[in-house]
Amino acid sequence: MSDVIDRPILKEEASLDKEASAQSRLRIIDCDVHPSIHAQSDLYQFMPKRWQDHLKTYGSHLRTPYIGTTPYPRSSPLIARRDAWPPTGGPPGSDLAFMQKQHLDPLDVEYGILQVLDHFIFSQQNLEFGAAIQRAINDWQLAFWSDRDPRLKASILAGQDDTQLAIVEIERCAKIGRYVQINVCPRANEPLGRRRYWPIYERAQELGLPLGIHVGGYGGHAPTGGGWPSFYVEEHQSNAHTVAAQLTSLVLEGIPERFPSLKIVFIEGGFGWIPSATWRMDRHFEQFRSEVPHLKRRPSEYVKQHFWFTTQPIDEPDEARHLRSLIDWVGVDRLLFSSDYPHWDFDDPRFAFKTPLTEIERGKIFNSNARALYKP
Amino acid sequence: MAATATRIDCDIHPAVGGTRTTLLPYLDDHWKEQVVSRAIDGLDLNSYPPNMPLSGRADWRPEHGKPGSDLAMVQRGAFEQLGASHAICNVLYGAQAVFDPYMAAAFCKAINDWIAAEWLARDSRLRASIVVPMQAPDLAVEEIERRAGDTRFVSALVLAQGETLLGRRHYWPVYQAAEKHKLPIAIHAGSQYRGAPSSIGWPSYRYEYYLAEAQAFQAQILSLIYEGVFGKFPGLKVVLMESGVSWLPAFMWRANKTWRGVRVEVPWVEREPAAIIRDHIRVTMQPFDGPPDAAGVANIIEQIGSDKMFLFASDYPHWQFDGDDAMPPHLPASIVSRMCADNPLETFPRLKLAA
Repeated sequence: MSDVIDRPILKEEASLDKEASAQSRLRIIDCDVHPSIHAQSDLYQFMPKRWQDHLKTYGSHLRTPYIGTTPYPRSSPLIARRDAWPPTGGPPGSDLAFMQKQHLDPLDVEYGILQVLDHFIFSQQNLEFGAAIQRAINDWQLAFWSDRDPRLKASILAGQDDTQLAIVEIERCAKIGRYVQINVCPRANEPLGRRRYWPIYERAQELGLPLGIHVGGYGGHAPTGGGWPSFYVEEHQSNAHTVAAQLTSLVLEGIPERFPSLKIVFIEGGFGWIPSATWRMDRHFEQFRSEVPHLKRRPSEYVKQHFWFTTQPIDEPDEARHLRSLIDWVGVDRLLFSSDYPHWDFDDPRFAFKTPLTEIERGKIFNSNARALYKP
Repeated sequence: MAATATRIDCDIHPAVGGTRTTLLPYLDDHWKEQVVSRAIDGLDLNSYPPNMPLSGRADWRPEHGKPGSDLAMVQRGAFEQLGASHAICNVLYGAQAVFDPYMAAAFCKAINDWIAAEWLARDSRLRASIVVPMQAPDLAVEEIERRAGDTRFVSALVLAQGETLLGRRHYWPVYQAAEKHKLPIAIHAGSQYRGAPSSIGWPSYRYEYYLAEAQAFQAQILSLIYEGVFGKFPGLKVVLMESGVSWLPAFMWRANKTWRGVRVEVPWVEREPAAIIRDHIRVTMQPFDGPPDAAGVANIIEQIGSDKMFLFASDYPHWQFDGDDAMPPHLPASIVSRMCADNPLETFPRLKLAA
């Protein structure tokens, strides 16, 4: 089976020439690429002086203990692949030419959807400052990335905790018209299904932009329902708990019922957790449905129609057929390939799926699902 | 349905009426005076409001009082109707959530003495978990030592969502005492409400809260493994009660992958998490939360990769199913036979059965 498992999606150049006329190459849409800010001063041109000064003087105000690093020291500097540091200096993901050479070109990435995590933009306690940083980074994504490489598609960063400012920024970016989704944070003041956030979903639906939810952020609550873990190895896995809780919140609050055209994408949550979370929702629907009379259908039906999930970090069962049944349970139509470049737990599109997929399935997961969703 | 074969129900819930009623005779003079003069009562856990459908199946609700409060009714339901030969009582009254550690210890002690006198003494088929005040681990150890001589107590009960994750070192004396007395730690769904039930914050619905318990259990397993509890106490078993089951495979895959990536952080964990889970973690089978089809259920069981982990349970009087069969649908026959007798007897070594 190894010939199937290890078969590259990309053909070697020699064989490619031979097959070129027979079939077109499968190009990749990578739904999770992380660009980094090379130097903080790069952002100043996109910020009023008042917020530049604030950034220099007060910096980030997050609900975490340290100003210079994350609360759980990561497994590698800037959670990056060791080979992802640009030879020209700067942090991994900060040099477009190196990203092209290391990632976009060799893996034949047709489009990369940018996910900016710098400055923990969604977790700023000063909401006005947060909005200023989000706005600056939204402009920076176009000027430093999309303008220079049209394969890279920007997301509108819109911190949901000041809903009004978020809408203003969504409107501003939507007028520019070059963004492919609206990003909100999975760890904020309240669960994403809560009423205070509905105006964002209403506007996203009207604009036809998917709602992207990339793991991360600091909402002030412990990363797990049992409290604060001691180790990064625990915090890292808690990302899966976070996305499961957010899927639950969005479904149970009736977001798909209230905003039926809204498309919601969970990014970097993986997808192994989805079947059991969905079975559990359905299993207890009868016991609790009198509490949620706004739900007209079983929770699983909403999940199957309104939500998409990026694949990284892909699960690695001991046996390939178990990954196969997982994919069948989730549904090939719901999956979007993502690499998480340049982070340490990067998934290589050539080797990540250690189970056979048909050409049609590969086409959907690696390209056409994302193409239909993002219309890049 | 007559109980001819051994069929141990590992999770039933007798209900405490109240502190000033049910428990009053079991409190010392100080706490008797306190609960009366301060009206300290109504400690039903927020996780299980008695009128909520899940908290009591319609046909298991007594005319007066809370579901699970009437011994005769529990006997009819758990033994006659559902066919158990024995059952383990897990009392979820809120002693575990009290802030005052001395009050917590007094209420835990009262609950344990009450269940011994009014339930275990009246039906030899019943066993119980020792309710322990994890708010003060030294007092929890005292309570374990106080009741350990009574072999009708077969495990120590804690909540899935407490003040800190359960692997943390300050709890280790509790595990030392539990291991010494061959008492598995039973983690039951339920919360002290110290923090939000997940990283995303406080949910709107009880339905949402209940679903989030599954992730809290997962966090507890990771905490126990990565803090090194099972390395320190190799004889310790942990039973997940009312946790759901079907999340185990994907959870174990992710744990293995994450451990392989960053195990340098926890060098004392020398085996894959999934292997440690199969050795030390046990799980009650209501609810199972499985896929709707038999092939899917068989697939989940196979992916879990151990037939020793499963324990039969009805979760009486909670409404997990209708009818007289507490067995989740589509379970493979090989699992069914093991989960009723062999696995409970191995998991709860103090479960000495009458011949």
